[in-house]
Amino acid sequence: MLGIGILVLREVLEASLIISVVYAATRGIPDRGRWVGFGVAAGVAGALLVAAFAGAIASAVSGIGQEVFNASVLLAAVVMIGWHAIWMSSHGKALVTKLKSVGTEVSVGHRPLAALLVVVAIAVLREGSEAVLFVYAQAANGSDWIDLVAGVSAGILGGAAIGLALYLGLLRIPMRYFFTATNWLLLLVAAGMAAQAANFLVQADILPAMGARLWDTSALLSDRSLFGQMLHALIGYDARPAGVQLAFYLVTVVIIVLGMKLCGKPKSPISGAS
Amino acid sequence: MVFRSLFCWFAAVCWLLAASAVADDGVFKLTIRNHRFEPAELVVPAGQKIKLEIENQDATPEEFESYELNREKVVPAKGTVVVFVGPLKPGRYPFFGDFNKESAKGELIAK
Repeated sequence: MLGIGILVLREVLEASLIISVVYAATRGIPDRGRWVGFGVAAGVAGALLVAAFAGAIASAVSGIGQEVFNASVLLAAVVMIGWHAIWMSSHGKALVTKLKSVGTEVSVGHRPLAALLVVVAIAVLREGSEAVLFVYAQAANGSDWIDLVAGVSAGILGGAAIGLALYLGLLRIPMRYFFTATNWLLLLVAAGMAAQAANFLVQADILPAMGARLWDTSALLSDRSLFGQMLHALIGYDARPAGVQLAFYLVTVVIIVLGMKLCGKPKSPISGAS
Repeated sequence: MVFRSLFCWFAAVCWLLAASAVADDGVFKLTIRNHRFEPAELVVPAGQKIKLEIENQDATPEEFESYELNREKVVPAKGTVVVFVGPLKPGRYPFFGDFNKESAKGELIAK
């Protein structure tokens, strides 16, 4: 049960953290709960589909279909986050002012939610499909059903608890800096996803590694530790990155920050009255 | 100006793709049977890109994973996948099957 629980927890964790960041970043927007819920539901449905067609996806594009698929959905999520961050840079201030003065939800339309719904769905789909395959493999291998159900439940609950803790932690950020913080966090999530997409494309030999192992900080903070994994989801931490991953990471940050600067007033991001 | 830099980028990407396609890679095979990797130790040349072909003969999916190689890939039941790694420095690179961690373990040995 412990082994099952830990594996499921690891798969759930990344999605859970991303959901938390998205939920925090959409604070004050009406119906956000429903939209994020939609995203999770769509992601679960997608995960089941991807797991069911894992064989077909893997053998597509002469054996590198999985990488192409993963990189595509990751880059789609990057685009969505980038779009949201740029949108927020011009609307965030109004949101804060309203939130502070009225303390209620503001009508800003559902456009930012639509983009982030896709991000949530993709996060759940990617991590979820591996969990589904794993559970299927365990069941087919004749694992005890009680063990399986208990392990899966414990893993999901554990992942959700860590996500909730992150969300509650984010809520403690003063309102003045709140959206600046969540926006930057989203930006780093996106940069990490871009780096991960690059790694998939190297694995498929579509992109050159540009240095297979730029550095190795696994002795300092291992990828496999819980904290390492959390940092992986939140800021794209990788103990042994390839050169092209770093390039994707930096280019993503630069493009989104430039977009924010051009479209908003990020120099004094959310400096409304206090 | 914009078009020129776009063109340069395009050319650079094409060149990189072409370079990676032309590169001559060694192909090395791993088989998953009864939730074990065969061979459990695979010697590969250091300093060059390696093409790993992983065949899963089991009726259940497996996930080839390695922290040292920074690789992760689902190998469907009765399926074969390809994973590119390296160029590696000489050394040992453990990998495992994430869905059957107790039994599915192995190492790439780059020499």
